[in-house]
Amino acid sequence: MHEHDVLVIGGGGAGLRAAIAAHEEGADVAIVTKLHPVRSHTGAAEGGINAALREGDDWELHAYDTMKGSDYLGDAPAIETLAQDSPEETVQLENWGMPFSREDDGTVSQRPFGGLSFARTTYAGAETGHHMLHTMYEQVVKRGIQVYDEWYVSDLAVTDHDDPSDRECHGVIAYDIKTGQIEGFKARNGVILATGGLGQVYDHTTNAVANTGDGPAMAYRAGVPLEDMEFVQFHPTTLPSTGVLISEGVRGEGGILYNSEGERFMFEYGYANNDGELASRDVVSRAELTEVNNGRGVEDEYVYLDMRHLGEERITDRLENILHLARDFEGVDGLEEPMPVKPGQHYEMGGIETDENGLTCIDGLYAAGECACVSVHGSNRLGGNALPELIVFGARAGRHAAGSDLGEAEITTGRTGEIEEEDGLDTPVEPGAVSASTEEDDAVADGGNAGGDDDAVADGGAAVVEPDETVRRAVERERTRIEHLLEKDTGVQHASLRADLQESMTENVNVFRNEEGLKQALEDIQEVREAYQDVYVSDPSRTFNTDLIHTIETRNLIDLAEAITLGALARDEFRGAHWRQEHQERKDDEWLKHTMLSWNEGTPELWYKPTILEGEDKTYEPKERSY
Amino acid sequence: MSTQVPKEDERTESVEHEAEDSAEQPEASHGDRRRADRDAKRQSVSGAPAEPEQDAFRLKVFRYDPEVEGKMEPRFDDFSVPREKGMTVLDALIYARDTYDTTLTFRHSCRQAVCGSDALFINGRQRLGCQTQISDLDKPVRVEPLPHQDVVKDLVVDMEHFYDQMHAVEPFFQPDEESPGDLEEYRQSPENREEIKMSTRCIWCGACMSSCNIAAGDNQYLGPAAINKAYRFAMDEREGENMKEHRLNVMDQEHGVWRCQTQFSCTNVCPKDIPLTEHIQELKREAVKQNLKFW
Ligand SMILES: Cc1cc2nc3c(=O)[nH]c(=O)nc-3n(C[C@H](O)[C@H](O)[C@H](O)COP(=O)(O)OP(=O)(O)OC[C@H]3O[C@@H](n4cnc5c(N)ncnc54)[C@H](O)[C@@H]3O)c2cc1C
Ligand code: SF4
Ligand code: FES
Repeated sequence: MHEHDVLVIGGGGAGLRAAIAAHEEGADVAIVTKLHPVRSHTGAAEGGINAALREGDDWELHAYDTMKGSDYLGDAPAIETLAQDSPEETVQLENWGMPFSREDDGTVSQRPFGGLSFARTTYAGAETGHHMLHTMYEQVVKRGIQVYDEWYVSDLAVTDHDDPSDRECHGVIAYDIKTGQIEGFKARNGVILATGGLGQVYDHTTNAVANTGDGPAMAYRAGVPLEDMEFVQFHPTTLPSTGVLISEGVRGEGGILYNSEGERFMFEYGYANNDGELASRDVVSRAELTEVNNGRGVEDEYVYLDMRHLGEERITDRLENILHLARDFEGVDGLEEPMPVKPGQHYEMGGIETDENGLTCIDGLYAAGECACVSVHGSNRLGGNALPELIVFGARAGRHAAGSDLGEAEITTGRTGEIEEEDGLDTPVEPGAVSASTEEDDAVADGGNAGGDDDAVADGGAAVVEPDETVRRAVERERTRIEHLLEKDTGVQHASLRADLQESMTENVNVFRNEEGLKQALEDIQEVREAYQDVYVSDPSRTFNTDLIHTIETRNLIDLAEAITLGALARDEFRGAHWRQEHQERKDDEWLKHTMLSWNEGTPELWYKPTILEGEDKTYEPKERSY
Repeated sequence: MSTQVPKEDERTESVEHEAEDSAEQPEASHGDRRRADRDAKRQSVSGAPAEPEQDAFRLKVFRYDPEVEGKMEPRFDDFSVPREKGMTVLDALIYARDTYDTTLTFRHSCRQAVCGSDALFINGRQRLGCQTQISDLDKPVRVEPLPHQDVVKDLVVDMEHFYDQMHAVEPFFQPDEESPGDLEEYRQSPENREEIKMSTRCIWCGACMSSCNIAAGDNQYLGPAAINKAYRFAMDEREGENMKEHRLNVMDQEHGVWRCQTQFSCTNVCPKDIPLTEHIQELKREAVKQNLKFW
């Protein structure tokens, strides 16, 4: 068994920042990550980091913009913390050598971004995320922080207490991808989940193949509620064959969207008569899909983004990387042809419920970055607000886990306080784990119910609460599950199940949502879940078995797809990124609250907690979100 | 997303691996139907109609597994992959894996040339699978693991040595002066930022190291990527003169810059177009200048 004070799961922006912070507090910290840190998807971020650094700007303006952008579903204490800490954290990156773009006076450059009242997006060319990731990895190397790279964390070691809020997290179980070893990692002080996005729930996404939401899925099954999962951001301009993002910069410079009839549909069909192509992400995404659904898409799938009229000089000067992207990933020459684009999943606003210190309702279990929901973004994330979230809340989680006193959190976690239960949600199938009547084998493939209590209860034994024993028992459970997957040699393979899941999610839980589609998705998900009971891994090898890893990831995708869909079905209003055909207005009287979902040992329960609009010294009044 | 009914129904020719039809399904559930639908779509090729034999191409992939019977002896497997506009080598590998053989193993994640996971030896040259269009390659397309590195399995190589060399050059910012204070950045001119810009683009893919004859012969040679990392800091005016001197000393050693024989192979394969050989040459010149200074 490995043992450290603090374990950070994930080596992206959030994980690296957390590890550095814990190390600075004197903790013995290690990073356990399925990809080498520099391979994390933070490296794909282009635009920049929002930080109020300059004269004329201040954190209160940043907080206001963020609250408005969130459509009043963000929590003020989280948003204000983000806005207050971001300048210091951003300058810290510079002080670690990050090669930001520069002004003539040698200070870092900032640029305007959608939804911001001040040009505060601090950037490093069109590769901000790459530089941020590498700069922090350099600091990890400098400090000699241990990295277990290409170790896949498959479960958490959490005690057996009945009430999730009484549980404690004592470590994780990880699988060494290179050798096939399964080992326990004990954390004396805390485990920080920083596993990134979950784009693989959809078949078309700007996210990486490794963005499978493992952190939220593991935390959920261990008893931590998932918050606001229905809020998924779709980006309107992604390349159809890969999902690679074509930045807003193209439209910012004057790029035009056309349908198959050659019509400039944003204007001709009145989707956005003022802003046209520059309308917000959700508006443009819905417009594109409406065109396709009305038979005006190209190959029934996408529309064109044309920048040829800007001229070669301007394009090569300002949008050179776009030419490379279109060429390398779609085989299209942006100087000669229009580029095909369609909406793609981009960012998950919801996630693991945490407070401002990154702590969940389970003692010793933290989350930060895209996998977490503090909540800063509410129902809609502003561009340039995810990267500051990584460093601000990554650092706070790292410090807190290492024992630093950050003061009492204002956000409450777990099923306490002013909460409201959902009792009337009509679902076509019972969501959650396949019923207990299934064969023993099946429950094994499923990873158990992972509430933690199954074995002990089945054995009639006492609940396990002691740290070492908690880790040891979780190791046994994971060994059994993985052996089972490897030894079974008939059944279904995960790839087709994953494809079914992704297809249904893209069809039914996309930018357009209606009751019928959402119910269809729940049925499809349950069908996939049942089929997964019979899943097997055809590669018997212990060496670099990606088949096994993907199979475990697919289980996580199933739980998350269901969580997104349940939230989307429950929320009968239109807010931020969540659009409902039958409910075209924002319902503040009813819905200024977070959608919470508890796994509840396999029988998910929905409940709600109020949004916190009271800030440090003001209350944010919901206003119409128009720009 | 597409609801299009495939018009062409030409079957793709398969050489060794052909998509199996799942005949043994008892009843067609909703999911099965969708799956069948998808398979049908896969078989037909979207885009301009082409002659049948041009609809598919052959992908030859290196296979090896140290512990699986039948794979311990390295071999090549052939897969028939339908051509699609915009298809990359990575797409083709994913297609082969998900359609024919789920044990086919390769690293990949971002699909957009930023994570550096999928540097491969494609038709005899180091390239990123995700950044290489099938249409640009001679057929059959031959994919092997990076040369000069230990193969772990199939296309996966051991990157430890590469990481060790990267870590050996003190790859972190070390300014001479204390940080300028609360919320203050170190100043850097736009020109200096421009000077180091290309060197900061490295994604640690290892293509350069794998292409380098010198690195192949001298295991201790730092190699192009690590030297480029040193360049990135040595040329950064924020670090200061003392640190630059120290960095040049690190480079000015037996297995440092002087090993490079300016063959340009690294520069030619770098997927980020980093002028590696030029950077190495510049460090040589700087090192000479510094030595002269101390004479
Ligand atoms: C194309 C693109 C452009 C973007 N541009 C911007 C922008 O300009 N500005 C902005 O603010 N935001 C942007 N975003 C959003 C932002 O980049 C991401 O939300 C953010 O980088 C996520 O960082 P992270 O640290 O949470 O996760 P990641 O960087 O994805 O890291 C996740 C880590 O977790 C590890 N991991 C996952 N599962 C496991 C497991 N089971 N076991 C062990 N390790 C595991 C992985 O190995 C990885 O190291 C963009 C996103 C995309 C996709
Ligand atoms: S220098 Fe270029 S080829 Fe070498 S590791 Fe970096 S990106 Fe890859
Ligand atoms: S998959 Fe990331 S570089 Fe190719």
